[in-house]
Amino acid sequence: MSKAVLTPKQGGAVHEPAPEYSHGGDVSILGFWFFLATDLLIFACLFATFVILRTHTDGGPTGSAIFDVNGFVAETFILLTSSFTCGLATFALRKGKRKAALSWLGATILLGIAFVGLEISEFIHDAAIGATAQRSAFLSGFFTLVGTHGAHVSMGILWMCSVFYQIWRRGIHPVRARKLFLVGLYWHFLDIVWVFIFTVVYMMGVV
Amino acid sequence: MSGLNAFLSHFFVTGDPLIYASDVLIVLVSLGIIVTLTYLKKWKWLWREWLTTVDHKRIAIMYLIAAILMLFRGGADAELLRTQLAVPNNSFLTAEHYDQIFTTHGTIMILFMAMPMMFALFNAAVPLQIGARDVAFPYLNAISFWLFFFGCLLFNLSFVIGGSPDGGWTSYPPLTELGFSPGPGENYYILGILISGLGSTATGINFMATILKMRAPGMTLMKLPLFCWSVLSSSIIILFAFPALTVALALLLLDRTMGTDFFTILHGGNPMQFVNLFWVWGHPEVYIVVLPAFGVYSEVVSTFSRKTVFGYKSMVFSLLAITVIGYLTWAHHFFTMGAGASVNTFFAISTMCVGIPTGVKMFNWLFTMFRGRIQFKLPMLWTLAFIPAFAIAGATGIMLAAAPADYQFHNSQFLVAHFHMALIGGVVFGYVAGMYYWWPKLFGFSLDERLGRWAFWLWQIGFYGCFGPQFALGFMGMTRRMYTYPANMGWNTLNLVSTCGAYLMGVAFLFIGAQIVYSILKGKRDVTGDPWDGRTLEWSIPSPPPLYNFAVIPTVQARDEWWRRKQSGEAAQRAAFPAEASLQPIHMPRNSSIPFLVGLSFFVGGFGTVFHWYGMSIVGGVGILLCLLARSLQENVDYYVPVDEIKRTEIHLREGVTHGLHV
Repeated sequence: MSKAVLTPKQGGAVHEPAPEYSHGGDVSILGFWFFLATDLLIFACLFATFVILRTHTDGGPTGSAIFDVNGFVAETFILLTSSFTCGLATFALRKGKRKAALSWLGATILLGIAFVGLEISEFIHDAAIGATAQRSAFLSGFFTLVGTHGAHVSMGILWMCSVFYQIWRRGIHPVRARKLFLVGLYWHFLDIVWVFIFTVVYMMGVV
Repeated sequence: MSGLNAFLSHFFVTGDPLIYASDVLIVLVSLGIIVTLTYLKKWKWLWREWLTTVDHKRIAIMYLIAAILMLFRGGADAELLRTQLAVPNNSFLTAEHYDQIFTTHGTIMILFMAMPMMFALFNAAVPLQIGARDVAFPYLNAISFWLFFFGCLLFNLSFVIGGSPDGGWTSYPPLTELGFSPGPGENYYILGILISGLGSTATGINFMATILKMRAPGMTLMKLPLFCWSVLSSSIIILFAFPALTVALALLLLDRTMGTDFFTILHGGNPMQFVNLFWVWGHPEVYIVVLPAFGVYSEVVSTFSRKTVFGYKSMVFSLLAITVIGYLTWAHHFFTMGAGASVNTFFAISTMCVGIPTGVKMFNWLFTMFRGRIQFKLPMLWTLAFIPAFAIAGATGIMLAAAPADYQFHNSQFLVAHFHMALIGGVVFGYVAGMYYWWPKLFGFSLDERLGRWAFWLWQIGFYGCFGPQFALGFMGMTRRMYTYPANMGWNTLNLVSTCGAYLMGVAFLFIGAQIVYSILKGKRDVTGDPWDGRTLEWSIPSPPPLYNFAVIPTVQARDEWWRRKQSGEAAQRAAFPAEASLQPIHMPRNSSIPFLVGLSFFVGGFGTVFHWYGMSIVGGVGILLCLLARSLQENVDYYVPVDEIKRTEIHLREGVTHGLHV
């Protein structure tokens, strides 16, 4: 594998593929889309289960009793913003701006941590008032669906840290550009899933 | 001391002579392997050449070995079940033991025999047929194998450590909830399948990307060999079906370990949701395993009739039609569970619809044979045998698909006979045909025809002898999963015949084993690389193929490209050395120990979770994360095979070829 350093795209080189698509990266990216399809189906099954069990509260707390509007709206804003900063990181990397890419990636990681932190505090609060996953089928579905998303976000944060380290220590390179692009795809995907959680779980829960 | 004894007797399965005998055998075989490897100083070889390999051909061989071992294990289970049912009021097995055996028989045959045998064929044939040097993601391919291997190991361990699952291969809650099934057996089932299922999902992703992106220049999708089309269809189904299984099992595991209430009866749980999720995977799974068998039949029929396959385009469209319709049928597995008339009607009709594209394929195979010069070699024999068996399976399937009639047949031996006709007649026959067909390519020698014919005929007689009577038994009221029956039901003779049939199939399996051993020692060496006078690209290179498959990537002009080259005389050049100017250094992936370690970490984590030893689960989880991190940071993952080495390899391989051509 050549160690050519990526140069900023020149005016005339419009036909050159984006760095993440060079070095056979298009196969990896296609494979990653397939992986996202399987992950999407995982969430689809969890959503289906949640929707079926939504009313099965067994006399325990309902959605409107435990969902904190300010909390989940804040989580939504944070995650949507992080998706934006993540896009900016890929954009900066394509222009060959390593420092800008690292800053935007760092911002994404921090926003991700803030999101997970809010979610954990929400879960702890719910558990403290007796709304645990063991209380009813509704709560089992809620914690599993939202928790699976949270676990995905946490994995994404770890992955981004690894990509951050690699770009920071080793510089910009097509292989690392691909890694950043892929973690970005993953992150946007989680964002889209969250939009559905926001709607189906929280909004429909408090209405 | 008594505490220790109690622990050990909980941990190890005790009190059954069959299991004691197995314990002894397992220890002896393990010791034998360790001593042999140490004595021959082969540990390093095993690690370097096999356990860390990313070569699709070696992964195919490892899948194949595992699948044959599991066919033995699942087959032994079947023989025990049929022995118990041979005569009325039998007490050979207890009810509980019988439950465990039918559970492991079903699970192993579907998930740990059919799936790896299928992946063996994927890996053996797909990259060679499309003129590629490996699959799209060789490293992921190795991970898939080790996830399968360790998932399978975990499942099989339940036999001697902790106790086997006994909730049936479908494992319906609430029967399999902690309250009704407190032992570790059900955990083994869940974790073994979860782990190997992740590997299967990854294989689906891998082969979709391989077929869509790695085809040799000139090979448009409409020039793709039909086996590859079937693999693509199967992979699409894997992609869409396995996540549902993952979710179903993960939620059941949460119920059992974390005390959630997804499928419980109390606290608002809904067991039917498991049944739905399970069959959203479970029904398409039938097509996942049968479509590649259809692909094998297409290759074999065409090669051994010496004709191009009839109706190529309709073959492709019928594969894709089955892929889509296969999703719309899952509820027919629970017609009798009160879904209501309109739901049952929808699923009855959609189920019957699958028969249409299947019928199209059936006729295409027959028309391919029509006026062909048929050679009755082993792969062709198994293909021919498939046709009547699958016709019976299809006809009885339509009977079961009629919802009102299904209320009568449901859970009877009729059902057992139907799906064994479909899965043995469709899937196993196909995979055995595929194994015979590609064996010389993988190993460089053919399997002995004479022993193979013994196996074939014994199997056929045993097969119809075993399952034929079960259709009648079903109509006579014998339900499935019944561990014994009284003498005055009129079932005695038919059951005895069925058991004799099962024994004959067991003997046939032994013949296949003997055939493999005999052929390793004395099999006909394949010096031409093309022992069947084949039609597709895999036969254009020597057997076994070199590490990089194709010294020069072929350019494809026709559907049966290799046949075209042979007809036009271009193939004769193959014996000559490839033009030196056309050789380029070949880009190959490096071997890696991480896939093995990922599998091992999953195994450690899974084993901990089975026994609720969560410290051990965490150790396994950390191991997985470390492996992922190590790979993420690794950059030196590939290398180039220099032109000199390619030249040396090709000269060495071609010496054999020229020799073969001239003698």
